[in-house]
Amino acid sequence: MKIMLNNRAEIIEGDVFSISQIMVIKSFKFRMLVVRLNDRLIKKEEYETTLVKDGDDLKIIHLVSGG
Amino acid sequence: MPNFNQIRAILSQKTIGIAGAGGLGSNCAASLLRSGVGKLIIADFDTVSDANLNRQFYFHDQIGEIKVNALRENLLRINPFASLQMHAVKVAPDNIDFLFSTCDVIVEAFDAASEKEMLINYILTNYPEKPLVAASGLAGWGSVESLRIIQSGNLYVCGDGEREAGETDPPLAPRVNIVSNLQADKVLEILLKDRF
Repeated sequence: MKIMLNNRAEIIEGDVFSISQIMVIKSFKFRMLVVRLNDRLIKKEEYETTLVKDGDDLKIIHLVSGG
Repeated sequence: MPNFNQIRAILSQKTIGIAGAGGLGSNCAASLLRSGVGKLIIADFDTVSDANLNRQFYFHDQIGEIKVNALRENLLRINPFASLQMHAVKVAPDNIDFLFSTCDVIVEAFDAASEKEMLINYILTNYPEKPLVAASGLAGWGSVESLRIIQSGNLYVCGDGEREAGETDPPLAPRVNIVSNLQADKVLEILLKDRF
């Protein structure tokens, strides 16, 4: 499937993945994240159950300390 | 393109909320005030310390003062007629409505990632229509070209999303100022969009 991940086109082999699976595949490792699927906020407890499919716009934004 | 008076005529009608008055918030506030934003609502519970002076908009003789009080003084030196609402409180889910519900745009200017996450989640959940300009990743020096803005709906996140501030990669004035001004510029862009 082809999705937009953080504004970049990404091709991932397979038809459908949960957000948790994509985080593993793409090695997102920070603890604090904001996840939005097609501009909808996805809460932590929904990472396992929310499915990403072809054409979706996924943003996984790291929040790191500093300011 | 409009002249500065035309720009200021629009910005003077706007209220911006800034959550945090550290390196991001204090510098962002100064730029927004200089640009002519009508009203700033700023919340922070902290006091000015020596370690803040490497990047924050405070002065040596303000060490020990409550940040929002010191920042008020400094902003009034830029514009003595500025409309400023300062709150010496820790921003938390139970006071966000009171502090920021009247703002046209909210700026997330915290230090700790957990606080950033708290505010972003709260605003996206409770005020999905309100623009929120956040920051993540600004420690150290160099790689300025990696600083950018990721947008998702009404959320904008400025920074590199990677460089976490810590003992061995401290936040320094140049990159902190760049990111705080990416935030300020994004606020102007949101406020002035489709106006000229």
